[in-house]
Amino acid sequence: MRLPDLLQLASGALLRRGARAGMILLAMAIGVAAVIVLTGLGEGARKFVSDEFSSLGTHLLIVIPGRAETTGAGATLIVGETPRDLTLDDARALGRSHAIEKYAPLVVGSASVSYLGLDREVPVLGSTAELLEVRNWKMARGRFLPAGDIDRAQSVAVIGAKIERELFADTHALGKWLRLGDRRFRVIGVLSSEGRAIGIDVEELVIVPVASAQMLFNSASLFRILVQARSRDEMPAAKKFILATVARRHQGEEDITVITQDAVLKTFDTIFVALTMTLGGIAAVSLLVAGILVMNVMLVAVSQRTEEIGLLKAIGARSQQVQRLFLTEALLLSFGGGLLGLVLGYGGAWFLGIVYPTLTFMPPWWAVAAAMVTAIFSGLFFGMLPARRAAKMDPVRALRGG
Amino acid sequence: MIRLEKINRIFQVGDQQVRALNDVDLTISSGEYLSIMGPSGSGKSTLLNILGLLDQPSSGKYQLDGRDTTQMDDEQLARIRGRKIGFVFQFFHLIGRLSAAENIELPLILAEEAPVTRKPKVQEILHRVGLEDRANHRPDQLSGGQRQRVAIARATITRPDVLLADEPTGNLDSVSGAEVIQLMETLNDSGLTVLIVTHDPNVGDRAPRKIKMIDGAIVADTTKRADEAA
Repeated sequence: MRLPDLLQLASGALLRRGARAGMILLAMAIGVAAVIVLTGLGEGARKFVSDEFSSLGTHLLIVIPGRAETTGAGATLIVGETPRDLTLDDARALGRSHAIEKYAPLVVGSASVSYLGLDREVPVLGSTAELLEVRNWKMARGRFLPAGDIDRAQSVAVIGAKIERELFADTHALGKWLRLGDRRFRVIGVLSSEGRAIGIDVEELVIVPVASAQMLFNSASLFRILVQARSRDEMPAAKKFILATVARRHQGEEDITVITQDAVLKTFDTIFVALTMTLGGIAAVSLLVAGILVMNVMLVAVSQRTEEIGLLKAIGARSQQVQRLFLTEALLLSFGGGLLGLVLGYGGAWFLGIVYPTLTFMPPWWAVAAAMVTAIFSGLFFGMLPARRAAKMDPVRALRGG
Repeated sequence: MIRLEKINRIFQVGDQQVRALNDVDLTISSGEYLSIMGPSGSGKSTLLNILGLLDQPSSGKYQLDGRDTTQMDDEQLARIRGRKIGFVFQFFHLIGRLSAAENIELPLILAEEAPVTRKPKVQEILHRVGLEDRANHRPDQLSGGQRQRVAIARATITRPDVLLADEPTGNLDSVSGAEVIQLMETLNDSGLTVLIVTHDPNVGDRAPRKIKMIDGAIVADTTKRADEAA
């Protein structure tokens, strides 16, 4: 049979069954919609966690001087390789890549901070205005380090909330001058305790401009450089650029290490993809159930239309044609149900997106494709038995009505 | 040209064997018009089914146009049914959801003929059976006689050699029954071999050649002479 004829005959037979065909369509549609909504949920959760990580600086690369690897040729021959210091000029050179959005050089040291006779040993960070955004810290009061020339050693400081409490008791620290080591700094801001920080206690911290810190500690070398790539996709490019640039500046020696937070995120990604697939798999079971319903309705159709099958055979239909006709009906049911399911599923995901605006319900394309393929395949698989039964009917008995 | 030689058809009913056809020999020439009559269970429908290749004999030889059909597989048999044989049944067997024209078109669809050549054929045959104005009616909107004419149109649209009719008037009143028989006789006049299985002597007696069956065997095979038929 020609395809248009086949489709027309099959759809005509389905339309005639009306409500019953509609119910199967709905069952199949619910299966497909369930896969779409549930995988959308899983994917939404994955994105949610990934976004949370982004706010911690997922695009973050950390440049550390020195190289974590074993070099040289053993004890017999000593090849001297001294890692050069990272300098402010190195940091500035990184700003030239468009893969890098911003960078913050970091000097770390420890100094005693004092105000009106109260004295306290604190970790001191030397950095630039960009640090606030790179690390996603928040200000409680005042402002962060001023932007501008990173070589300028301004005498300003940003302090943590605990330092303010300890040194200034009930008065406000803003505008006051405190002593850090042998230099005086004016407090221009207080960090919020809410700010996230991995490995650093924001509450107990004094931050000064990087040049000031270098003077304070009498050292031109940087502890590390924090680099924020423009996007996650740009991270490899950023990493490559950093390695190449610093190597060029350091007489061709790759004497730095670049680490990322990407590795942690990847683990989470794997977990959530597994979760999404599990949810999709559970939903796919309903597609199998729908497939069994297709088989049921097709078996009923075959026994109700025994005479028609006998007639088709009498007027020259080959067994294969009869089989194809009934299989087409089953396929149309599952395919139609699948399409309806797409509409329902995307509609449901859209609706959930409105109810829970913080989560984005975006079903992954592979889950949608898998749902459609499973729907069609289950129609094919479960439609096969009834179609074969129809094809194998003895025409004489079929014409008598079985 | 049909030639049956020593055709037997045995059905297994429980542990009993029922012999529906018993050494039937029959030769039918092209263009013949014959009726098969006999009481219920005499094997006339079984014979018709075997002639129409819907059923295969348990033993014996059936040659259709010189080819032995007992050696053919299901696919070949289906093709011959579609090309050379037309069936007309007592209960019409029209497909209820299809219109008259669509029912008539069905054998051409199964033969994978292109729609452009199908439509004129359907129109022509609708005209021939006098149902042009009923083309888009469904079977339940047609009278019994009209339904049977649709069935005849469907059976003959592929221009078969043989028309096999199983009690074609069995479900019709006498007027529409007569119309149906007349239609088949017209088709016979244009060269179609017509074989009618019937209970009704008024129908059976019209055929020039009459076969009488009892208990699976042909007991009489009479041909009217030309002067008698008139």
